[in-house]
Amino acid sequence: MMGSGGLIVMDEDTCMVDIAKFFLEFTVDESCGKCPPCRIGTKRMYEILERITEGKGEEGDIEKLEILAKNIKAAALCGLGQTAPNPILSTLRYFRDEYIEHVRDKKCSAGVCKSLMHFEIDAEKCKCCGICAKQCPVGAISGEKKVPYVIDQNKCIKCGVCVEKCPFKVISKKA
Amino acid sequence: MQMVNITIDNCKIQVPANYTVLEAARQANIDIPTLCFLKDINEVGACRMCVVEVKGARSLQAACVYPVSEGLEVYTQTPAVREARKVTLELILSNHEKKCLTCVRSENCELQRLAKDLNVKDIRFEGETSNLPIDDLSPSVVRDPNKCVLCRRCVSMCKNIQSVGAIEVTERGFRTTVSTAFNKPLSEVPCVNCGQCINVCPVGALREKDDIEKVWDALANPELHVLVQTAPAVRVALGEEFGMPIGSRVTGKMVSALSRLGFDKVFDTDTAADLTIMEEGTELLNRIKNGGKLPLITSCSPGWIKFCEHNYPEFLDNLSSCKSPQEMFGAVLKSYYAQKNGIDPSKIFVVSIMPCTAKKFESQRPELSSTGYPDVDVVLTTRELARMIKEAGIDFKSLPDKQFDDPMGDASGAGVIFGTTGGVMEAAIRTVSEILSGKSADNIEYNDVRGLEGIKEASVELEGITLKAAVAHGLGNARKLLDKIKAGEADYHFVEIMACPGGCVNGGGQLYSHQW
Repeated sequence: MMGSGGLIVMDEDTCMVDIAKFFLEFTVDESCGKCPPCRIGTKRMYEILERITEGKGEEGDIEKLEILAKNIKAAALCGLGQTAPNPILSTLRYFRDEYIEHVRDKKCSAGVCKSLMHFEIDAEKCKCCGICAKQCPVGAISGEKKVPYVIDQNKCIKCGVCVEKCPFKVISKKA
Repeated sequence: MQMVNITIDNCKIQVPANYTVLEAARQANIDIPTLCFLKDINEVGACRMCVVEVKGARSLQAACVYPVSEGLEVYTQTPAVREARKVTLELILSNHEKKCLTCVRSENCELQRLAKDLNVKDIRFEGETSNLPIDDLSPSVVRDPNKCVLCRRCVSMCKNIQSVGAIEVTERGFRTTVSTAFNKPLSEVPCVNCGQCINVCPVGALREKDDIEKVWDALANPELHVLVQTAPAVRVALGEEFGMPIGSRVTGKMVSALSRLGFDKVFDTDTAADLTIMEEGTELLNRIKNGGKLPLITSCSPGWIKFCEHNYPEFLDNLSSCKSPQEMFGAVLKSYYAQKNGIDPSKIFVVSIMPCTAKKFESQRPELSSTGYPDVDVVLTTRELARMIKEAGIDFKSLPDKQFDDPMGDASGAGVIFGTTGGVMEAAIRTVSEILSGKSADNIEYNDVRGLEGIKEASVELEGITLKAAVAHGLGNARKLLDKIKAGEADYHFVEIMACPGGCVNGGGQLYSHQW
């Protein structure tokens, strides 16, 4: 992928599209701006990854990524641009199904891409204590005594505080 | 010259060892597309349009900067090369303001031509675009960063050739832009308005301030007596825009066209160039005889004047006190001509057609309005005149020849050579010679100043005076020459400086050249 010989261990909780986006953000920032493949190309690749992780990926985006990655690698002026597409090329090579899942099914099975997941309170197990509602920074959770609490998905910012604070562990992340 | 054997697209050729792959390919008539490349000015390998496959190299290489070597094998048309060029071009286009229909460079744009040549039919990689403010506060040059392709030609021209350095690449990554110090408008930085940046810009990101509407308005105003004067360098350039061979002299057709546009009189700036040279020649003699400040430096080039003000204020007293020909003519028209023809000078509108963008700035200088009115009201560049003629639907090629209007239409021919480097000098020396000896000095031999390209010197024996003169064109050369004079290494009586490399024929307002 990229780096300086270090090794990063990741498990199924890491979204490979998101990790590619993370590395691309670095190269977009570090691009000096001299040659167009790197100056505009890395930006375009980042934009596509951003789209995919936000659930706005379109058919053809993966192919566009591949074309960009291949040609930026070949044509960029320096080592930064020539290696910038590597995270995309290697994640596409080994985890293509994750990309397809994001684009086609609008699903992030690692549960990392916020736009592609939501939190749910298990109504049957909810003890109606109200702690989650008190902790929610945007007031997205409502309920009252003896009535299970519910999350307003339109208001929820997916910060995950409710999951952390629920004393009975009945709130969970859903892909 | 040592030669090397290389293979390009399976053609075996022999080229000088100091060639780049691009030069070698051109020698073999193999076309490699370029965008940022400008011979001797901008060879930076930035745009990646000229990428080629070099056998043994890991990635594609930029032909414009890749040196040849014995046994080199290059492929310029493989699928990988074609695809990389196309993708790069699409990326450039994706962040280019594509208002081609209304762009001043439409049909004359190197980016547009590349898109056509590379058969780009769709821009697959659209995304965020730059949205930066247009800088149109300078009276001469308009900067539109949203059309800029960041080829850096303008920066190289401004910094390396002209030694002005008013613009530079700023920011980084996607936010990279060509800008001025502290993002000030061009009118507030030491830009000299020479317009050389416009001449090298491959797209419409740099262009002259369009003043055509002001001229249409004046022409439509029945109360105004609208006069036009044309500089010597315009008449040799204009024809090219109308499909005539480069360098066609179209003086007669140009005068015809200007009359058709509705100008009341069409004058030749050469007449004023004669005035300038009489004045300047006499001034030179006076300074030599009466111990005035020497060397006398010409003042015809407004780009040079502004450069001097910003960078060499200690030389301001060396400048000739003469106005530039267009201003001198303007002043004559609003005083002598007005009086002679019984016209109120406030009703006279003087338009200059110049090969120059700096003249636009010059005409707005408050000190150049001795009659109480600006000597020159509007300056149009050669390009603007061509656009006006087209807008008016005039069939330029079939126009009959017409003479300049009298009484100021007669010029000596000395004025014509003002348009080229060394011309002012030659005309001035001829004049001085004539005043001193009564006969003209016809042959003036210039010698290149050793080690300094673009600077020439001459010494002429005139009635016991050995007149030492020097000529510099391009402000980078002017800087070298002035530094030499400042250091006491050179001693001249007369120095001619033209802001533009090659003189006015290569002015910032001339037609776009296609030599790259």
